[in-house]
Amino acid sequence: MTFKNLKAGDSVRVMKINGQGALKRRIMDMGITKGTEIHVRKIAPLGDPVEVTVRGYELSLRKEDAEIIEIIKL
Amino acid sequence: MTIALVGNPNSGKTTLFNALTGANQHVGNWPGVTVEKKEGRLKENKEVTVTDLPGIYSLSPYTLEEVVSRNYLIDESPNVILNIIDGTNLERNLFLTTQLLEIGIPIVVAINMSDELEKKGDKIDLSQLEKELKCRVVAISALKGTGINEAAEVAIESAALGKTLPVCVFSGSVEHTLAHIEEAVLHHLPLGEQRFFAIKLFERDRKISDKLNITAEQLAHIEEDIKRSEEAFDDDSEGIITSERYTYIETVIGKCVRFKDRGERTISDKIDGIITNRILALPIFAVIMFIVYFVSVTTVGEITTEWMEDVVFGEGGELFGVHIYGIPMAVGNMLEALSVAEWLQSLIVNGAIAGVGAVLAFVPQLFILFMFLAFLESCGYMARIAFILDRIFRKFGLSGKSFIPILIGTGCGVPGIMASRTIESDKDRKITIMTTTFIPCSAKLPIIALISGALFGGVWWVAPSAYFLGIGAIIVSGIILKKTRLFSGDVAPFIMELPPYRLPTIGNILRSMWERGWSFIKKAGTIILLAVTCVWLLSNFGWYAGNFGMVAPEYSLLAEFGRSVAWIFIPLGWGDWQSAVSTITGLIAKENLVGTFGILFGFAEVAEDGMEIWANLAAHFTILSAYSFLVFNLLCAPCFAAIGAIRREMANFKWLLFAVAYQCGFAYIIALCVYQFGRLAQGQDFGFGSTVAILAAIALVYLLVRKEKHSFA
Repeated sequence: MTFKNLKAGDSVRVMKINGQGALKRRIMDMGITKGTEIHVRKIAPLGDPVEVTVRGYELSLRKEDAEIIEIIKL
Repeated sequence: MTIALVGNPNSGKTTLFNALTGANQHVGNWPGVTVEKKEGRLKENKEVTVTDLPGIYSLSPYTLEEVVSRNYLIDESPNVILNIIDGTNLERNLFLTTQLLEIGIPIVVAINMSDELEKKGDKIDLSQLEKELKCRVVAISALKGTGINEAAEVAIESAALGKTLPVCVFSGSVEHTLAHIEEAVLHHLPLGEQRFFAIKLFERDRKISDKLNITAEQLAHIEEDIKRSEEAFDDDSEGIITSERYTYIETVIGKCVRFKDRGERTISDKIDGIITNRILALPIFAVIMFIVYFVSVTTVGEITTEWMEDVVFGEGGELFGVHIYGIPMAVGNMLEALSVAEWLQSLIVNGAIAGVGAVLAFVPQLFILFMFLAFLESCGYMARIAFILDRIFRKFGLSGKSFIPILIGTGCGVPGIMASRTIESDKDRKITIMTTTFIPCSAKLPIIALISGALFGGVWWVAPSAYFLGIGAIIVSGIILKKTRLFSGDVAPFIMELPPYRLPTIGNILRSMWERGWSFIKKAGTIILLAVTCVWLLSNFGWYAGNFGMVAPEYSLLAEFGRSVAWIFIPLGWGDWQSAVSTITGLIAKENLVGTFGILFGFAEVAEDGMEIWANLAAHFTILSAYSFLVFNLLCAPCFAAIGAIRREMANFKWLLFAVAYQCGFAYIIALCVYQFGRLAQGQDFGFGSTVAILAAIALVYLLVRKEKHSFA
């Protein structure tokens, strides 16, 4: 599954990050790597982007950019 | 000796830099790019230079800040790196540290916010961390100033030792491949540097392989090794390296840090629960923006600007019961006493001082605005603005943070353009700078009042239409520019840290306010002084009865120039020299346009909305040509003060030219379409102008709807 259908309060685990280049590198640099646990904190008032907790800090990313992250619900 | 200060954004780097260097610092841009460059001398030891690198998360080749930083570290090789780390966010901060450890420069890790950490009850075993990272580690609080001098001393000691020890971050098979790459192509480099380059080659970093002049043959040779690793790990090489770094950090943290259980929500969490709440976020945002606008643009800002215009650069005023002359009069009297030639007096007082005064009048307003911006940035709200508004603005190639420059731009374009500093993405920032002045600023209101009063009988819709025109121009330009080659290419992903809310210190806010305000006074001041003096000379000198000298405006060189270029505006419906000259003097300050019309129609002085000349204008223009004139003047190049600000923010003359040319070209096309289509709608003949307008409109629509060729390069 991907980020599109997540709700605030969901917790997920990263299985794989697809693609390559700037976007993937940026996502991984910020600490989203294989096996990382992500908690969805909230969704912006207009429906996008989402705010997540990862490795103990808050990160916001667009659903569209997060499409390359393969996740499973915990 | 040079200490390079490196760390993540929001790690307290700026606070530490200020505490280390005090007032001995200067701010500029890195050569060729608009990334802030700060340098200063250590307060305790003037021999030591501290270079503040941009806040970065990684040394990847993908963002400007990161490339600037790593080029500096590799090419300039500072004596030591002082790596500042947010102790409350160790895992992600240590990620950059793992990369810095490989460069071969001695490094000292400073764990910031040690006091906050203690309060939380977390414990970091510093000596164990030193053993793991094989470098010195110190605890500091940049905010309170504790441990700072010790950190600098340790850095100087480490630099003197000059030794670095390799840290094995990666698993066996990756280390094996790296060793092979070093052996195959890097053995001629100093031992300490090989590891960094080996990792970059493994990551297929083109910028590095080009730099090292590695041949295609050698690349093909190591490519086999890389492919083998990628198959084994089922990931690309960059992904392997990044994952392994985080895995390594997890084990280090497991050995060195004891976290206290955290059940309850922090204060920051509670604040955030309200401020970016699904229902309350937008109303709260509106209220905050209203306060910023109300104070910095209308009330306090307006009072201080008027005071600067009327008292300091005007009539003067009472101070402790004594009348003090304003600067123009004081200087005028002085020049009079020195019996300076009359034309020179006039040049200095009416040209230079009046022109620069018109610009400096904005300075107090700028300072108030910069204070607000500094507060919003350092308390953590600015990042939330981008979070709340991203959905709307990204469609036009702008950032959520572009809202602030545009809002401020309704008051004055100068602080509006300078407010764009808070936008990280270079492309978003450039588009924002180029489009902010499309929104009518307060100096354009007299132009609107003049046209609406003289030609439209003060009908209600003219003023609102100017704002809709501005907003429309921003949206259309954003979409068009985003699709051009200059701005397409690697689409910047919106992946942004939302830092915890923190109460900023007054010292930091004042410093940030001063830095931005002063850079405006300094840099924008020079170009403005030159420009206003030139326009003044041109509008007061000319040939009359065969002699060159000071002349009435209609005989001036500017009027001559106006006559020679007026034909350009014939397709827009106002190809007369008075309109052309007014448009040019509008560059000094947009409201000048009204006064210039007054002078050219033979009035010494006119009211702000130019009521005296309404009849003349009504005879001079048609409704259509007047509206086209209004459109052109609202959208074309802004005043010199704003052009100065654009130059300051673009930090590049070519970009300044591009911005001004785009603004003028866009204004021309829109005014052309307004006039020509208006004529057709009125049932007038189809002419050459109509054909051009139709072609221009088709081109505009094409640029708007064409498919974007974008890639994540």
